[in-house]
Amino acid sequence: MTLFPDALRTLAVGMAVVTVACGCGGSDETPRVVVLVTHDSFAVSPDVKRAFEEESGLTLRILKAGDAGEIVTRALLTAGNPEGDVLFGVDNNLLQRTLEGDVFEEYESPRLENIDPELLLDPQHRATPIDRGDVCLNYDQAWFTERELDPPRELSDLVLAPYRDLLVVENPATSTPGLAFLLATIASYGDDGWQAFWRGLRANGVLVVDGWEDAYYARFSGSAGSKGKRPIVVSYASSPPAEVIFRDPRPSEPPTGVVERSCFRQVELAGVLRGARNEEGARQLIDFMLSERFQEDIPLQMFVFPARLDTALPRAFEQFAVVPESPLELPPEKIEANRERWVDEWTDIVIR
Amino acid sequence: MDGHRDPLSSRAWRALVLGVPLAFLALFFLYPLAAIVERGLRGEGDPPLDVLTDPTTADVVWFTVWQALASTVLTIALALPAAYVLGRYRFRGRGLVGALVVVPFVLPTVVVALAFVAILPDGVERGWAPILVAHAFFNVAVVVRIVGTFWASLDPRVDEAAATLGARPLARFREITAPLLAPALAAAAAIVFLFSFTSFGVVLILGGPRFATLEAEIYNQAVRLFDLRAAAVLSIVQLACVVAAVWVATRLERRVVVTGQLRPESEVLRAPRTTRDKLVVGASLGGLALFLGLPLAVLVERSLAIGDGHGLHAYRALGRPTSVLLAAPWEAVLNSVVYAAAATAIALAVGGLAAFALATSRGRVLDSLILLPLGVSAVMLGLGFLIAFDTEPLDFRAASWLVPVAQALVAIPFVVRILVPTLRSIDPRQREAAALLGAPPARVRREIDLPIVSRGLAVAAAFAFAISLGEFGATVFLARPDRPTLPVAIFRFLGRPGEVNVAQAYALAVVLMVLTVVSVLLVERLRVRRGGWF
Repeated sequence: MTLFPDALRTLAVGMAVVTVACGCGGSDETPRVVVLVTHDSFAVSPDVKRAFEEESGLTLRILKAGDAGEIVTRALLTAGNPEGDVLFGVDNNLLQRTLEGDVFEEYESPRLENIDPELLLDPQHRATPIDRGDVCLNYDQAWFTERELDPPRELSDLVLAPYRDLLVVENPATSTPGLAFLLATIASYGDDGWQAFWRGLRANGVLVVDGWEDAYYARFSGSAGSKGKRPIVVSYASSPPAEVIFRDPRPSEPPTGVVERSCFRQVELAGVLRGARNEEGARQLIDFMLSERFQEDIPLQMFVFPARLDTALPRAFEQFAVVPESPLELPPEKIEANRERWVDEWTDIVIR
Repeated sequence: MDGHRDPLSSRAWRALVLGVPLAFLALFFLYPLAAIVERGLRGEGDPPLDVLTDPTTADVVWFTVWQALASTVLTIALALPAAYVLGRYRFRGRGLVGALVVVPFVLPTVVVALAFVAILPDGVERGWAPILVAHAFFNVAVVVRIVGTFWASLDPRVDEAAATLGARPLARFREITAPLLAPALAAAAAIVFLFSFTSFGVVLILGGPRFATLEAEIYNQAVRLFDLRAAAVLSIVQLACVVAAVWVATRLERRVVVTGQLRPESEVLRAPRTTRDKLVVGASLGGLALFLGLPLAVLVERSLAIGDGHGLHAYRALGRPTSVLLAAPWEAVLNSVVYAAAATAIALAVGGLAAFALATSRGRVLDSLILLPLGVSAVMLGLGFLIAFDTEPLDFRAASWLVPVAQALVAIPFVVRILVPTLRSIDPRQREAAALLGAPPARVRREIDLPIVSRGLAVAAAFAFAISLGEFGATVFLARPDRPTLPVAIFRFLGRPGEVNVAQAYALAVVLMVLTVVSVLLVERLRVRRGGWF
């Protein structure tokens, strides 16, 4: 099998002589560019990006390379010869896999002291926490008010008769929030209890769909303009403020609510990629991502919460976002050791 | 033909028409694919046979194959009446119909699948049936355009003669039309089969969690479970199925080539005169309009929905820069057009050369190789690009010209499949007769080949352009975030909660629909007329 690609490579090199003439190289000069590899949901205000570029004298290039799972796959595949200098968007569910794949260079930023210590998941500082969010059940306020039914307060409510056929969840095998919700039930019911809970959900008519877009926009009744029929969905703690901010005119109250005790903590981390072309620039970028300027920009851009404790939140967030006091959590090593088995077991219980 | 006169230049010509397509496919398809499969098999993990003996693998293979076959049959059945009408009749708005039918083909799968969820009644909105219907919705254009274009160049006089001699319509179709159409039908069927075979988003959303294609399983193994070895083994299984399907299709395509029946479209088409003619045209196009129109209407409605009413808010918002895209959404139109134009140029150059090579020689390997990119896992090919092009002198994984190159990879099969049946069917005696009357070879090509091929060339260009406009899987990996194409921008808006975001996603889908119709109409106008380009 090795001979084949080599022969092809020789042929390809010949072809490349022609194509390289277009002047796409230019790797020799001192790098004035720093490349951030990140997921599709990454967003930053243009003036914040400009502030970094002026401060550092570097051009920030952003490479969006898929969802969290896809960017980790790409990083693992290119470990040592990475696509960029910094990787942002690894979450606590994928952290251990990334660390085992030796993707990051150690870097302890001087700005770590303001960070919520609970988020420092890697004591060796290969990965630095940048933000946190929570995957939570959302419910349609109007639906429950009209029917004079209380929205669910606990996970255990979902298996009760009044909540029959009301819940839509994402498949943990294909969706990041879907996996987080499965982990929430495991954190809540323990290694031996979650299976029974899901059997109960199945008996109570849970609907499983492929991804968040399908669940939130097509099945959930509470999202704007939706023709969906299910009033409870797995989404984010920050979805209600988004429903306010992105409506025109803005309503005074969010149309959706959050079931606080269903929330599973997600921490997003960044790290300097091993083999980065601009290692110094990569460190500067990590420092910048921990600066007040960037941290304040996070909520309205990515709809998650800053990792810094001293950051002021925007008004819509202070008013409408739910910050669960003690979200459900599992240690990254435990997730890594069991993820595949749990998803298989879940598939057997809920799908087959 | 003119080889007898100048053997050296003929050899150089052959090297060009075979060499360029082969080198292109070797560099941008075979090499990255081989690199990723080799990496997967080299890595540690369970022995590869575990994946093969896993009973779910057999289920997945079986489902993938039968749903693709059934989707192909359904697509052909739904498309054939419209192909017939476009291949036989001249009427007002014929060009527009040909452009409109392409619209579903370019739309992002997520958007269409969500529209299907909205239309289909509860209870039947998930399962294998909606998958087949959605595949037919996407691929009707392939059959209508490839078969319809070829049909429009088939001499109707043979059929008319048989009718005069008393042959019944069904017998005439079986004995005359079907054998003549076979090459184009086989070409279209092969493409529809491959598209359905590698279907991913449609199957996940409309099938529900119980259904998976090989493509979905490969994605699952590579990206969700990080098991590159299993993904590589499944890719080989997928490749084997595709090679088998392509082999059958190319054999079918070659088996029945009846030459000498081709005429320029202008001599074939006639206006619908009798009531029966008008009824046929009306019913065929009306039925198709209903089938394609309903989901599209849902998208338009969604783009206008705001609060409890309707308005143009989402369209107005397209002009404002947003951090979701790092650009204003309307700029995506510009990016899409630029990338698509480049991809079309590449596809016409490479695909045109390949079509000439295949029409005048046997070229079995190239014939099958051309189709393979449609049937191979986009995920694996994308990952292959990452590790194949990561070191000098092949260090260009971040280069933005890879976007049109990857789009061309998908468009080339269409260019070839549209051109080859026509090129093969040109009667050599027509050329010989012209040569006998003293026409030099260049003039023979211009006077005989070009008028017949020109229609196909224009259709191929329009199709290549449309494919590039709609291409998502490779583009989303390769395009710079501040230069999103329309499908990429749609995907980014759909990934966020909030009314304005979702409405903008649908508004961009409507813009993509309009852009497709306009560009197909324009590109088809740029056709070669008798005696040269206009």
